[in-house]
Amino acid sequence: MQIAQKKRCRICGWVLNNSALPFDFMGKGRLWGSGLSQTQDAFVEFRRVQKSYDGEVLVVKDLNLKLPKGEFLTMLGPSGSGKTTCLMMLAGFETATHGEILLDGQPINNIPPHKRGIGMVFQNYALFPHMTVGENLSFPLEVRKIGKADREVKVKRALDMVEMGDFINRRPAQLSGGQQQRIALARALVFEPELVLMDEPLGALDKQLREKMQFEITDLAHRLGITVVYVTHDQTEALTMSDRVAVFNDGVIQQIAPPDVLYESPDNSFVAQFIGENNTLAGVVDSIDGDVCQVKLDSGDIIDATPVNVSKVGERTLVSIRPERVEANPKRLKKGAHTLKAEVLEFIYMGDVFRTRLRVAGNDEFIMKTRNAPDQQRLTPGEEIEIGWLPTDCRALDA
Amino acid sequence: MTETTGPLLAADGTPLKRKLAQSLFRSRARAFGLTLPLLAFIIVVFVIPIAQFLTQAVVDDRYSSLMPKSTIALAEWDGVSEPSEALAAAVVADLALAKENKTIGKVATRVNREKSGARSLFTKTARRAAKMEAPFLDALYERDKKWRDIEIWQGMKVASKKYTAAYLAASVDRKITADGKIVRQDEQRRIHITLFQKTIWIAFLVTLFTFLLGYPVAFLLSTLPMRTSNLLLILVLLPFWTSLLVRTTAWIAMLQGEGVLNDLFVAFGIAGDDARFSMIYNLTGTLIAMTHILLPFMILPLYSVMKTIPPSYTRAAKSMGATDWTTFWRVYFPQSVPGIGAGALLVFILAISFYITPALVGGQDGQMISNFIDYHMRGSLNWNLAAALGGVLLVIVLFLFWVYDRVVGIDNMKLG
Ligand SMILES: Nc1ncnc2c1ncn2[C@@H]1O[C@H](COP(=O)(O)OP(=O)(O)O)[C@@H](O)[C@H]1O
Ligand SMILES: [Mg+2]
Repeated sequence: MQIAQKKRCRICGWVLNNSALPFDFMGKGRLWGSGLSQTQDAFVEFRRVQKSYDGEVLVVKDLNLKLPKGEFLTMLGPSGSGKTTCLMMLAGFETATHGEILLDGQPINNIPPHKRGIGMVFQNYALFPHMTVGENLSFPLEVRKIGKADREVKVKRALDMVEMGDFINRRPAQLSGGQQQRIALARALVFEPELVLMDEPLGALDKQLREKMQFEITDLAHRLGITVVYVTHDQTEALTMSDRVAVFNDGVIQQIAPPDVLYESPDNSFVAQFIGENNTLAGVVDSIDGDVCQVKLDSGDIIDATPVNVSKVGERTLVSIRPERVEANPKRLKKGAHTLKAEVLEFIYMGDVFRTRLRVAGNDEFIMKTRNAPDQQRLTPGEEIEIGWLPTDCRALDA
Repeated sequence: MTETTGPLLAADGTPLKRKLAQSLFRSRARAFGLTLPLLAFIIVVFVIPIAQFLTQAVVDDRYSSLMPKSTIALAEWDGVSEPSEALAAAVVADLALAKENKTIGKVATRVNREKSGARSLFTKTARRAAKMEAPFLDALYERDKKWRDIEIWQGMKVASKKYTAAYLAASVDRKITADGKIVRQDEQRRIHITLFQKTIWIAFLVTLFTFLLGYPVAFLLSTLPMRTSNLLLILVLLPFWTSLLVRTTAWIAMLQGEGVLNDLFVAFGIAGDDARFSMIYNLTGTLIAMTHILLPFMILPLYSVMKTIPPSYTRAAKSMGATDWTTFWRVYFPQSVPGIGAGALLVFILAISFYITPALVGGQDGQMISNFIDYHMRGSLNWNLAAALGGVLLVIVLFLFWVYDRVVGIDNMKLG
């Protein structure tokens, strides 16, 4: 339990002991009492889960996933990659074609959704339009046969938690998108579930509100110590909110790692391309020496890189370099580092950064981002420069 | 900022409010202009004829135009004392005139509606009217002692009024006495109220049955994939492809004593061959056939509403711990109410004025008010009463509509 709490503090900076919480959400003992022995084990586990809707295509292929209690895990991936399907299997609205899903160590494949006790936030909020905000929040308590007085207290507490206490008598239609979002959140939390699933809950909000809500959701999740599985196709959202991110593509988890690892050490080209901006150059492995390799690009140039999933000389590879790790100032490069000729095609002044589009080794879309600093030179189109990078920032991935 | 006091002005100096009203008026006028042809069409072929017809419920100048002299004399008569000689003279003169003009039949029929037996009395008296001499009252008494019955005269007084509530009164089993009081109709003539009640009851039952049968179907349709549901919707609409008459006759073939259903019952031993169910030419037949015919009108609005209820609502409810039933009753059903409202109203209003089906399969006790209106239109030729019955039906429908609006709310209805 202590371990889990410390981990949460890293993310939200919230001083975590029960007395600091605005109310005793964990005091019920459900959250911590029942799962205490399980803390070290997986709280949610997917074991070799497969899913097919039509018997022809596997939408989810051999999914294995463990998440500990209290973790904020994001499923990130392009549209159609099977994220929602996974979430729905966990919630019980879809059945796994093969494999097992365990919650708190118990297989839940045969437990109907309403007995799973999992909170859910939907993309369109799914607030019941014929009920007021108060009635919406009271609903999960009513079906649990909680007394009226208790219900009122809990509803009020949950509304205060999302700062919507004054809206208890409104109808969902009388609320703005952001307010509906908060109510949906409060409704998913009001019955104190240990696990909350959110399927692109911020998809319909504008950028500013989305960023504010991102913070509030993570903050709440960590304060309450709940386990969250969050689905999004927005990589910024995934990076800023999560303890760990599972990158989905085509029904397969490509990589599952904390945000910084994901960004800085992508396991394969898909993750590298999908997370953040990324430059790729195609080539063939020329030599491998431990954790450094040399790649002969298709243009004939030789560059240094870190081998990630290449193993032998002669293998085709895509090397990947983040735009902000590209260096145009030779003084900042290591002695003997390989450099490349580049032609400036476009220079965009973006305020805090300069964004330069270059032609490098036949690639016209090579981007370099440089910080707007006094010693930073502004380039003009047509200029010829030398660029380079640290071998550790340049990763040789699968082609 | 300029310190403008007074109203905001548009660029050309006119007040902004007026400018806005002008531009709004123009766009509304254009929108109205587009509906004008339809509006004209409706007014000419629908509103005017109906209004014209409905006025017949309160306007009847048959007596007053054909018997002008006695009309004036009857107006002066107090309705209780013995008729005066002058009145008798006027009546005799009018009867002679009517006999000559061959209009006596119409007059006799009119008075007969107020007092049974008047028809024969009038035709009999009219044959001699031209030869009668003063004192006319005694002459009338002599011709037929029925003239001594004050009710005959009272009936004439009621009939002589050009504007009369008599038909409206008759349509709700009331009659108007000569001194203007409204009293209940004679026992054996009280048929309309029961009929209205039965009509409303049948319409209600049909609405209920179509709802009970249609709701699950619409629900199923709304959950199926588009391709399948479209195919099934065509099946729902299939009955519309055949004429109403054909469908109704098909039910006769199905339900009659020697019909398919009874044959099956007998074959399976559910009914004895000598004790076949009578499912047609009675209320049962009307209900079965009408329910079948009106089912699509319930299913379609229900389906169109249910289709728009996102599955995430039911999922949300279940994720919060609601059982299937609670989810349905607390979350799904309330959101389908607009469809129920639309479907029920549609079916009810269609059912309350149903005509062909009860006429064909209704037998004696499956008849509805429309069948009576038809009878008075074509059988008894009492158009005034037909108009009055139609008017009352219209008022009932409007009243129920109003009640519906108060209870459910008309804006809480979705027709498609
Ligand atoms: N109910 C369904 N029936 C059939 N195919 C579905 C259904 N739901 C999703 N799919 C298919 O499964 C794949 C994954 O969908 P989904 O899990 O919704 O992806 P994501 O949420 O990552 O966008 C898609 O190709 C989609 O077309
Ligand atoms: Mg999705």
